[in-house]
Amino acid sequence: MKAGQRRQPQSLSHLTGRHPPLNAVPSPRVLSAPLVVEFPFTRSLGPVQSAFLSGLRDRTVLGVQASDGRVVVPPTEYDPVTSEEIRDLVEVGQEGTVTTWSWNGSPRRGQPLRHPFAWVLVRLDGADTALLHALDAPEGPDSVSTGMRVRIRWAADRAGTITDIACFEPAGDSFEPAGEREPATLPEPHTGEFADPVTGIVAPARLDYTYTPGRAQSRYLDALATHRTLGERCPRCHKVYVPPRGACPTCGVPTGEQVEVGPRGTVTTFCVVNIKARGVDIDVPYVYAHIALDGAGLALHGRIAGIPYDQVRMGLRVEPVWAESGRYPDHYRPTGEPDADYETYKELL
Amino acid sequence: MTGGAVNGSTGARDVAVVAFAQTVHVRAADNLSEVEMLMPVLREVLDRTGLSAGGIDFTCSGSCDYLAGRPFSFTMALDGVGAWPPISESHVEMDGAWALYEAWVKILTGEAETALVYSYGKSSAGDLPEVLTRQLDPYYVAPLWPDSLSLAALQARALLDAGETDERELAGIAARSRNAAEDNPWAQLGGSPGADALLESAYLAMPLRLHDVPPVTDGAAAVVLAAGDTARRLARRPAWIRGMDHRIDAHSLGVRDLTDSPSTRLAAERAGLFDPGAPPPGLAELHAPFTSQEVVLRKALRLGADTVVNPSGGPLAANPVMAAGLVRIGEAAARVSRGEARRAVAHATSGPCLQQNLVAVLESDGSEGGGGGKGVGQGQGTGTGEGPGTGEGPGTGQGEGGHT
Repeated sequence: MKAGQRRQPQSLSHLTGRHPPLNAVPSPRVLSAPLVVEFPFTRSLGPVQSAFLSGLRDRTVLGVQASDGRVVVPPTEYDPVTSEEIRDLVEVGQEGTVTTWSWNGSPRRGQPLRHPFAWVLVRLDGADTALLHALDAPEGPDSVSTGMRVRIRWAADRAGTITDIACFEPAGDSFEPAGEREPATLPEPHTGEFADPVTGIVAPARLDYTYTPGRAQSRYLDALATHRTLGERCPRCHKVYVPPRGACPTCGVPTGEQVEVGPRGTVTTFCVVNIKARGVDIDVPYVYAHIALDGAGLALHGRIAGIPYDQVRMGLRVEPVWAESGRYPDHYRPTGEPDADYETYKELL
Repeated sequence: MTGGAVNGSTGARDVAVVAFAQTVHVRAADNLSEVEMLMPVLREVLDRTGLSAGGIDFTCSGSCDYLAGRPFSFTMALDGVGAWPPISESHVEMDGAWALYEAWVKILTGEAETALVYSYGKSSAGDLPEVLTRQLDPYYVAPLWPDSLSLAALQARALLDAGETDERELAGIAARSRNAAEDNPWAQLGGSPGADALLESAYLAMPLRLHDVPPVTDGAAAVVLAAGDTARRLARRPAWIRGMDHRIDAHSLGVRDLTDSPSTRLAAERAGLFDPGAPPPGLAELHAPFTSQEVVLRKALRLGADTVVNPSGGPLAANPVMAAGLVRIGEAAARVSRGEARRAVAHATSGPCLQQNLVAVLESDGSEGGGGGKGVGQGQGTGTGEGPGTGEGPGTGQGEGGHT
């Protein structure tokens, strides 16, 4: 087998050993769908972080003095060794020395530069620790080396975030004072006080996934598309799970046997929704219910319509009304049958 | 540095790994949900020990919702355990090695006699190097989205600059690992060209090439721990945990010396690896996803020529994130149980550039050599039609006389 080659699927027999296969039913096609998880993180800052990020906004770089006298940049609220609170701020230079680097030939979304660049740890003049950032090196990796001198390139729009430093750029061999001060005077004590200090950051985050629901849920979703509801029965306790997840949480065994349930069912309990959810085009108030489909061992959730909200009751018999796409029940409506006896669904609330 | 120092050899109870199982690790287990991927290994360790989920005193799992982007996926995974009626259960958003640590402490306190530990990772659902950026310092680092390969490459460059290694040695580590994995039926990658051929390939994240980085892997693993006589009853040749500890280095990459791992060294010391008079471990299972990290770990753990490193192939052959550290402990335990070594060291890591490290020292009883019997690992049943999971592994019959 060559490096990089995947082992063949027949080795999957090792997954199951002497035990019965996970599921004797042939797997349906694998369903998948894009899934984007995206949200902004809003974070508050401690006094040291606030001073540092306020400083970046005002093109000033601050460090903090650790218990052993070392100047830590970027500065932390606590000593990296002893964990003591540390507060003594100093200003450091805007040029520095690369302590290590790597070449990034294919920048990803969100990274500081769109064209190939070097990641660098830079020890700014006057600092004893290094800061991670990007180095714009248009001449490629051959122009980058440990020990090279670099300087900050400030972003045009600065808001008090680490990206106020757009990136670093080569500074040549000479010590050119990029900031206000000569390197020899650094580090220099600083109050950390800025007009209109930054007190928080909002960090957007987005991750893209391909969601695959697995065997049990794929079978369930495929069946739904043909207006059938498939549960799975536990081989030990015989409970029928809808929707199925492939395992019986009571017995901890695979639920291999598919069982068609419904289509009719019983409202076991419900609530009246009076708050309109964003992006949902349903008039309030409406009823959201637990519905035990006939033959199912537990209730699933669904909206009840086709009946005034204040007439929905426990025991109401309902049937699915399929969405226009036909792939799932949009809601459930009354069947007109007599209500179910409480004894028949009291375990399914 | 913080961490718990509990040494199992200092008067506390003896605790052993009595069963270990792992999935065949694959690039993408597309057709399986996480619980479907996990269930076979849970069943395997329970069946092998004859325990039921309800008969286990404590259950602890390790996983990370960010990998597959599914909130509370660990509660779904509990379906595979059989957690009703309610069991005593815990979860760490960490590699399963740390779940094992929690379970070990629980047993040491006397609150449990047996524990089930499992972990799983379905990295294929997302873009792993990007997902891992979300574990970084949210103020100063995460907004730059530095991918895991680039950060490992910074560490590799520091090692090269310091003369601690060279690119040929790194290629040799890759080749040795993937060739070792040819004997590991659960590994994802096996076999490798020699170092010369590997060095002809292009850089992926200079100075790292493709062979220096781990594959993206879906997989799961499970371990059963037991105390004292219970362990002897559940497995004929338990792998005793002689000591275990975990430590962490400074948060910021720019504060650390990336060519060294003080946290690994301290954890190893507290775990008893360097105890005076103790023989060097016969084998080491190191959670070094990148070739360059093996160089750092060998130094920190003071491993010499007496120690076989990553006979399973290690994370370079299969890297199910969140399970890869637990697999190291399981592999080391299974090999100690089979008699491949009397004493072994297992290591797990978390965070960028070996930020946090766990070290466990495992030993066999010493009175028995290798040979047949009920070991803790899966059998090597490749091609026999029986497959592993019988618990009746052939063993190697090669005790390490030099280390008795």
